[in-house]
Amino acid sequence: MVRNPSANRDQFRPADHPNETFLLSTVVGSYPKPKWLNRADELVDDPDSKFDASDLEEAHDDACRLITHEHERAGLDTVVDGEMRRNEMVEFFADRIDGYEFNGPVKVWGHNYFDKPSVVEEVAYDEPWLVDEFEFTAGVAERPVKVPITGPYTLGFWAFNEAYPSTEELVYDLADLVNEEVEKLVEAGARYIQIDEPALATTPEDHAIVGEALERIAAGIPEEVRIGLHVCYGDYSRVYPEINDYPIDEFDLELSNGDYEQIPVFEEPEIEPDLALGVVDAHTAEVESVEEIKRNIRQGLRVVPPEKLTISPDCGLKLLPRDVAYGKTENMVTAVREVEAEIDAGEIDLDNPLADD
Amino acid sequence: MTERVAATPGLYPLPDRAKETLSDLKGHQKGDLLGGDEGEAIVAEYDEVRAEYVDHQLDAGLDLISEGQGRWDDMIAHPLTVSDAVETGGIVRYYDNNNFYRDPRVVDDLAFSGDVADELEKATDLLADADGAADASLAATLPGPYSLAELATDEHYRDEAEFQAAVAEFLAGEVAAFPDHETLFLLEPSLVTTPPVEGAEERATDAIATVAAETDADVVVQTFYGALGEKLYAHLVDEAGADALGFDLVAGDRDDTVYNVQEFGATDSLSLGLVDGQNTLVEEPETVAERVEWFESQIPLEGFDRTYLTPNTELFYLPTNKYRAKLNALAAAAEVLD
Repeated sequence: MVRNPSANRDQFRPADHPNETFLLSTVVGSYPKPKWLNRADELVDDPDSKFDASDLEEAHDDACRLITHEHERAGLDTVVDGEMRRNEMVEFFADRIDGYEFNGPVKVWGHNYFDKPSVVEEVAYDEPWLVDEFEFTAGVAERPVKVPITGPYTLGFWAFNEAYPSTEELVYDLADLVNEEVEKLVEAGARYIQIDEPALATTPEDHAIVGEALERIAAGIPEEVRIGLHVCYGDYSRVYPEINDYPIDEFDLELSNGDYEQIPVFEEPEIEPDLALGVVDAHTAEVESVEEIKRNIRQGLRVVPPEKLTISPDCGLKLLPRDVAYGKTENMVTAVREVEAEIDAGEIDLDNPLADD
Repeated sequence: MTERVAATPGLYPLPDRAKETLSDLKGHQKGDLLGGDEGEAIVAEYDEVRAEYVDHQLDAGLDLISEGQGRWDDMIAHPLTVSDAVETGGIVRYYDNNNFYRDPRVVDDLAFSGDVADELEKATDLLADADGAADASLAATLPGPYSLAELATDEHYRDEAEFQAAVAEFLAGEVAAFPDHETLFLLEPSLVTTPPVEGAEERATDAIATVAAETDADVVVQTFYGALGEKLYAHLVDEAGADALGFDLVAGDRDDTVYNVQEFGATDSLSLGLVDGQNTLVEEPETVAERVEWFESQIPLEGFDRTYLTPNTELFYLPTNKYRAKLNALAAAAEVLD
């Protein structure tokens, strides 16, 4: 069943928050890498270059510091390092989990490839995956840091399964490893974890497998830790209301891309975890105006009250030009603060939040 | 005595070097994909890829050699996406896979292109020049008309039956231009994933028969992603003009396929999808051979003209080292059975 989001939400409210109402602003995670970082990633593989692994680590540290501060400058309540150290959402983790091997790139479409790993033996936990990354980011951030982790369903189904009788069994083993990682992150001070499961959108009939995996991930994690689930680009009516039974605090959705056609899905029954609403499109290069984003935020108020509404972009912003990603984030935060003030002033009818449009 | 033939319907992964070269030459975006009018450098690169594919298959010892279809950016939708009567639309999901292709929107009368025939001519030349190719002959591959129509969007004929017939006539015209080939694989996964509605089976089998009638070669109607429905299966055996129906024996519902064959009989030859085209785990030749014997033992018939040993799907899902290992496994399994 759903966790207790009201038990952990207030810790993310900044001490100097200007409004009575608090809509938690956050991001999904990935952010465009500075061009020099891509060059650095290539340079370290060039045998003729003096640029070595420790230089690359320094470059990653610099980039993480830069993007964390960029998030803070945009005014976000919770920040991420933009996943500057990660190459791809499955590859990064498969590289760190015992039991995976890589055989080479496979086609996704056209000339776009992905280094799809194979699970060749039982998966096992070796070194921590994200604790160093979290500790570094928390050390340079003024605001609380959110940690996105690729979920076990996606880590299982976006790999070749050579070792397990069924991929479902692989997913449960991976979920136990994610649980171990989340425990270590919590020990290191993390209070906001987001499980990313894009693969669920393509096979919504597997929602029960994802539910069981989340049970394993959330087992023993105290309620002051906020656990979110991000699912993007799918037909949410096929996983709702089942997700109301998931042990999560927050459900993070991409809805701006579909112009909120799917919002009515969540009208009945009432959504139990907090709703993290996508209000800017991660795949259009035009920065939405503050006014447009404010209208998008009101869409969320149709299905949850302000104290259960979190605001984020639809998805990771890494495919956008960096100035566009920043523009969207900054306008998003401005819109959040303006909507909060309008709620405080009684200017938005919470029973009919789209009125006056 | 049944002749065992190790073969594949092609659609191989590009060699890793060519993945890079071609993405540099062509680009990563939708508009950069193949239109059938590629420039010299791209043609030259694909010529090299084709030669590599032929070598890989000869090295493995396959009985039939495929062109490999390295140019098919849009997988089996390729013959339409290079057609003049087609505008490519958005990127859409390719069956139930994490793969995508450009939606071919048919906006005009479909007319002959000769694109696939040109590829096969080049493969024929390679085979003629290759060492050790004396016993190997060519296997051609096309999408079946039912699947190709299902993968496309009709914005011209505006009638399902008419569109399917037009796609069949178009494919038949392409086949008529093919150089000599021993076998023609018609790939028909949509017969499994989105089968014709009740009463429309004959229209689908007629369309396949239209294409099959254009060649003297053995025609294999290869289905995959699971078992066929029984009624459709019976129609296919009787009406599709196929010398062999092909089945996915890797899929979990293979007992349904056995039931179909036991209940409704079979074509004179069979094509068995035995190695998993979507998993890097490489089957032992003995395991593959056992699967052939298992399947044949379930069947009350006295034997077939031919049993094709094939992968259950196309092979582009795999990294290149594993695709080659799968070719080797098929050829070695045919040896084991001999």
